[in-house]
Amino acid sequence: MNFEILIASSLDGLTLGFVFGLMAMGLTLIFGVMKVINLGHGPIIVMGMFTPLVLSQAFGINPYFGLPVVIVLGLVTGIVMYFVAVHRVINAPELTTLLATFAVNMILIGTLTILFTTTPQALSLEMGSLQTGTITILGTRVVAVLVAVVATVALYLFLYRTRSGKSIRAVANNRAAAELMGINSTWILALSFGIGTMLAMLSGALLATLFGFTVLSGSGYEVKSFIIVVLGGLGNPTGALLGGIIIGLLESLVAVIPLPVIGSIPFSWVPVIEFVVFILILLFRPTGLLGART
Amino acid sequence: MTTVTSVILEIENVSKRFGGLLALDKVNLSVNEGEIFGIIGPNGAGKTTLFNVINGVYPPTAGRIKFRGEDLTGLQPYDMSKRGIARTYQVVRPLGELTVRENVTVGGCFGRENLPLEKAEKVADEVIDFVGLTARKEMLASKLNIAQKKRLEMARALAARPIMLLLDEVLAGLNPNEVADMLSVVRKIRERGVTIIMIEHLMHAVMNLSDRVFVLDYGAQIAEGTPQEVSNHPKVIEAYLGDPKVAQRFLEGSA
Amino acid sequence: MKTFSSPFFWLVLVVVGGVSLLPIVTNSPSLREDLFLMLMLVTLASSVNIIMGYTGYVSFGHIVYFGLGGYAAFYLMQNFSVHVLTAALIGGVVASLIAFLIGIPVLRLRGAYFALATIGINEAFRVLVNNLPFLGGSVGMLFSFSAYEPYGGGKSAQQFAYFAMVITALLTIATSFIIKKSKFGLGLMAIREDQDAAMVLGINPARTKVITYAISAFFPALAGAFFFFKNGTILPETAFELHRSIESLVMVMLGGYGTVTGPIVGAVVYERLRGFLITNPTLSQAHLVIAGALLLLIVLFVTAGVIGWLRQRFPAVRRYLE
Repeated sequence: MNFEILIASSLDGLTLGFVFGLMAMGLTLIFGVMKVINLGHGPIIVMGMFTPLVLSQAFGINPYFGLPVVIVLGLVTGIVMYFVAVHRVINAPELTTLLATFAVNMILIGTLTILFTTTPQALSLEMGSLQTGTITILGTRVVAVLVAVVATVALYLFLYRTRSGKSIRAVANNRAAAELMGINSTWILALSFGIGTMLAMLSGALLATLFGFTVLSGSGYEVKSFIIVVLGGLGNPTGALLGGIIIGLLESLVAVIPLPVIGSIPFSWVPVIEFVVFILILLFRPTGLLGART
Repeated sequence: MTTVTSVILEIENVSKRFGGLLALDKVNLSVNEGEIFGIIGPNGAGKTTLFNVINGVYPPTAGRIKFRGEDLTGLQPYDMSKRGIARTYQVVRPLGELTVRENVTVGGCFGRENLPLEKAEKVADEVIDFVGLTARKEMLASKLNIAQKKRLEMARALAARPIMLLLDEVLAGLNPNEVADMLSVVRKIRERGVTIIMIEHLMHAVMNLSDRVFVLDYGAQIAEGTPQEVSNHPKVIEAYLGDPKVAQRFLEGSA
Repeated sequence: MKTFSSPFFWLVLVVVGGVSLLPIVTNSPSLREDLFLMLMLVTLASSVNIIMGYTGYVSFGHIVYFGLGGYAAFYLMQNFSVHVLTAALIGGVVASLIAFLIGIPVLRLRGAYFALATIGINEAFRVLVNNLPFLGGSVGMLFSFSAYEPYGGGKSAQQFAYFAMVITALLTIATSFIIKKSKFGLGLMAIREDQDAAMVLGINPARTKVITYAISAFFPALAGAFFFFKNGTILPETAFELHRSIESLVMVMLGGYGTVTGPIVGAVVYERLRGFLITNPTLSQAHLVIAGALLLLIVLFVTAGVIGWLRQRFPAVRRYLE
């Protein structure tokens, strides 16, 4: 077996995995705090993809410098979405919030389609590449991983070292008790939602630097996010990161690693494996690999 | 009162553990057919847990439950229901989007008699009259007030024509008038031959109504006997804040 | 049985049946096409209602049975020249069987977990079929021209498919009615309201839910068989289209979950609205936005849907309007 191919694929998978992890972290955070599955996750990722595009096409800004815009936009979008669609039904049964966020999904995709049509898009980014020995990593990947890591660390610092972050964790743990201690749960929920969408949008921006995309790319990433979130444990951001890495590695290594008897698995079977794992985890270990956390 | 009484329920050495918490500790009791058996004890004593174990909501960690001579330990709640054990909840659980009539019909359909729909509806009508909810038969259960919901809970349990009825704090949240009404309903049920086990906090009620009383504290039995015997028992007095005035009220209530 | 004596039951069937005859009377193929789609949506929505509206379990990926029935039937028609009716029935049985087997573990999950699992199941089958050469893989399967000969040619086959769909829709509505008015249905609704209380009342939820789920899989499978028979071709993307699944949920919510007429009303309103928006020159781009906004309003303010709202607002109607 070609060792170098293995290393190259692993690095590939790992870097992609970090971005996937970031993507899923937003979804899992929202679920962990308020037990809502945000079905608007997909189009929000797409919004993250298009923002740097717009900035670079309309204003000539380098997509990476557009990241702060993405972050702010993500936060605002989430907070607005919370108050418009989620707040009123936050205590209703799950179906209600599922449909409410799905309605937002429809609205967002509709709007994006009007604005951008479904033509495939791509960010043109010349970032060069890193080389060690015979292994080459694209520059865009390196930046993507770095941003993902920085964002993850920032999230953790926020959740564990700041007052707002601790409030979020308190509300996630026991909303009623948190309110009794004087925490304004409404704003905390809105903030959590905003952070969740912000992470999703940020990951979208990073994904746009790596791959081409269309207005409809969101659903594929949304479903992938579900898989990652369940794999890592619903509500557990560390789990989301781990799940993302696992999925990233799985996708990159499967075609490369030969198994005894079967040979290497064709790439088209990877989704099958992913969904079967998804269902099995839901059935037999619904708390995921790292345990669902509030 | 009949002098020959047969034991209808036997709880043998039942313990229930939740992780590190021992909720029930080697509880032993037997209930006679046709009696009203009261269970009292401070909050957290394990009374509802005991009901949950009798009723099949969870199996005991140790011990056996025998009903009419049959060992029912570990059976599911729906099997218990089919054998004639019905139960009401402390915090009522009405089937909100269904009408009162539909709620009670569920009891008749799936309880001991497993009636077909139309027969169950007739039984439901009868039971609804019995508890006095006839005027609200077609109302959605979620729209009832607390007293009416308690009666609904009772009616639903009765529609299954149970042999034994477990009442969990059926008087909680009721004003004195409503309490008096509910007590007369409970007496009427007993007159029909149903064995009743009631968990109650309202001392004068349970002492007045029960033939025998069982006292639980920290999951273990601390007293058993007639209301008189129990209210004089030193351990019982101690469990309820150790206040002699409370004991005085017991005595007055059961006089 | 009680249902058959209910005049409303016959009223609904007659109305739906009567409307279905319009294309024949007016000899309009385009109306027939419209109604074919409408009846199919009614079937899908009513089927989802059986599991979701009555039991409270939201099957997000229910369309999988549409795809499974479609593929099973198509395969039989393509390779063994089985008649479409037989193929459809076999497809229905296959789908129900799969639903039964999947249902046993999956219906133990609650709420969001169940919803996610059903999405996973649909996607799993979609990507699996994508990889199976004997089912055509990603390219799917295609009828040869002679496939319609046993039915008297292409045009007759289309007519036949239409009538088959009419019957399917009527059967689904009838089943929905029968379940709702039966003891079995009462048990389902008790499970929906409070599963634990239902258990104490003597209902065995596991068994009841799985049977219901299997029943709810039968009719989408039939619809799938007839739809793809009519189309002459089948692909994984069109057979297991998750969006279609979610649309049927929207229809049920719009019309009123847990009622018989709710899904019908919801399907009709949704499809009419969508058709209107798409063909309207100014609004066609915005159809998804408007549909989404409408859904949001319903979910936030009129959770019971049209029929549900009517039943709550006018209690006298409640006895009759199912």
